[in-house]
Amino acid sequence: MRKKYLGWLLFGLGLLAALVCAMLYSVSTGEVSIALSDIPRILSSKEGMEYFVLTQIRMPRIVLAIAVGGSLGLTGSILQGIYRNPLVEPYTLGISGGASLGVAIVIVLGLHAVSMIMLPLAGFIGALATIFLVYTLSIRKGSLDINRMLLIGVMISFVASSAMMFLMSISTAEDLHSIVFWIMGSLDEPNTQLIYLMLGVSLFGLVVAYSFARPLNALQLGQSKAEHLGINASTAIRILFVVSSLMAGICVAVAGVIGFVGLIIPHLVRIIIGSDFRISLIGSFLGGGLFLVVSDVVARTIIAPNELPIGVITGIVGGLIFMVVLSNMKRKPKLS
Amino acid sequence: MTEYLKIDGISCGYSGNFSLGDISFSLKKGVFAGIIGPNGSGKTTLFRGISGELPLKRGRVLLNGDDIGHYSNRQRAQSMAIVGQFPETGNITVEDYVLMGRLPYRKALQFFETDEDYAIAEKYMRLTNTYRFKDKLLSQLSGGEQQLAAIAQALTQEPKLLLLDEPTSHLDITHQVQVLNLLQRLNEELGLTVLMIIHDLNLASEYCDYLVMMRQGEVYCKGTPTEVLTYQNIEDVYSTVVITLTNPNSLKPAIFLVSERMMSTVEKNNG
Repeated sequence: MRKKYLGWLLFGLGLLAALVCAMLYSVSTGEVSIALSDIPRILSSKEGMEYFVLTQIRMPRIVLAIAVGGSLGLTGSILQGIYRNPLVEPYTLGISGGASLGVAIVIVLGLHAVSMIMLPLAGFIGALATIFLVYTLSIRKGSLDINRMLLIGVMISFVASSAMMFLMSISTAEDLHSIVFWIMGSLDEPNTQLIYLMLGVSLFGLVVAYSFARPLNALQLGQSKAEHLGINASTAIRILFVVSSLMAGICVAVAGVIGFVGLIIPHLVRIIIGSDFRISLIGSFLGGGLFLVVSDVVARTIIAPNELPIGVITGIVGGLIFMVVLSNMKRKPKLS
Repeated sequence: MTEYLKIDGISCGYSGNFSLGDISFSLKKGVFAGIIGPNGSGKTTLFRGISGELPLKRGRVLLNGDDIGHYSNRQRAQSMAIVGQFPETGNITVEDYVLMGRLPYRKALQFFETDEDYAIAEKYMRLTNTYRFKDKLLSQLSGGEQQLAAIAQALTQEPKLLLLDEPTSHLDITHQVQVLNLLQRLNEELGLTVLMIIHDLNLASEYCDYLVMMRQGEVYCKGTPTEVLTYQNIEDVYSTVVITLTNPNSLKPAIFLVSERMMSTVEKNNG
């Protein structure tokens, strides 16, 4: 095996091992602490409070954390690749803002009571509409203007958040509470079907994105270069946009606004293992999942018995890590 | 096949602004051809029309008798490789970059390069003298080395036609000659047909067998360097007075620029 692939394999296995450790720690920690050695016994007994805590509360949360974190990391990685810009992620592009607005409209109209599919659907439609808007408004003279696109994304975020404030100001106290709670971001999702949906979407996204790993590598050299290398660049970009909107939109619908994962995780992965998408997509998925599982443990335990919104943790921790990494990068720019 | 690349009355351009007139010329297999002309004469537009980057409004580009307008991106990438004016840079190793030249040959869901891909990439890295820095990042290379890496990638596509947009314009004379000598060698040894845009008329004269001279979006004249690079043609197209002599060693035309002071001295002496 070539040295490069061996490095990738070690990196992937290392991340996977770290993820498993984090899962085990997360499953045993909380208001009720459960020793790891007791878990097989509790699971086989199928009764009691501890069994309920494990299977109804902690395990679904961990699954959701991995699915949401993985999706956000993956989406960030894909978008940064397409736009060849390390600052792009679902939030800076306004995708999450659009998804939030879609979800808020559904809550205010009371449509989420109609079917459990309404919230994720609204998130997806909001995300897709935003990405379409950003994309068409950023095209100038037939080519995509990256700076313009970032600006338009930020503007859409502002417009979406103002529109949400408007919705909140006219909504009932009950709706207001659910919107606020949901904006802050939480992995507390009682509906297991939504958790399965999220998991399914994230794995689907991983498979689709991975099938475009080599075209994404070529797109890093620019769209026209990718075409010269035989890639159907615009088709690939369109498919990847839709998949990214699907993942980001449903993340927002299920878990609310969880920032920074899509920005920092792909960045860190690139620094450690390089920019080849054949490993960085997997790395971003596992790394995003790992980051969210760990953040969730912190959110649950740091002010126990109360719980911090997970968006607070990812925002603060992620932002700090990012600043430290960037300031170190300047001194030794070659890390990959 | 006498006409390997045939440009058959093509016109292309940007919406509203600049557009090419009907451009026609053809190249024999294995020829080393250059497109020359002043800034804004449509060289790059023509280049982008041939490479498929700009849609053609009229006309056809035939490669070995096939209309490449009907080619898929992949077929096109297998038959022609393009080296742009600004070589790519980034945090990617030279080897990985060159290996991307194998992308047009990948099968569906083939995630890893085959040993054959590696062997082909190595062959062309050695040929272009880039193998010694194959593990360096593109961003660590000098402009000349990046240009060589870009050519190595293009060769790894194993194309029949190599298109280059001003491959020497950002390089010093050492690297200019190095790149052009490499292209000449590839042209002779691999029988590769080369078509490049080139600004420097002396280099064009020295290296190309065939020149297409553009003016205001049209072909002004075409032929061997001796036929094209006459002082009348150059004065018409570039609106600049020049002196052309013959290089005593290569017997190709050599172009000398004329300064204002020299012009007035000459006129005084004649008058």
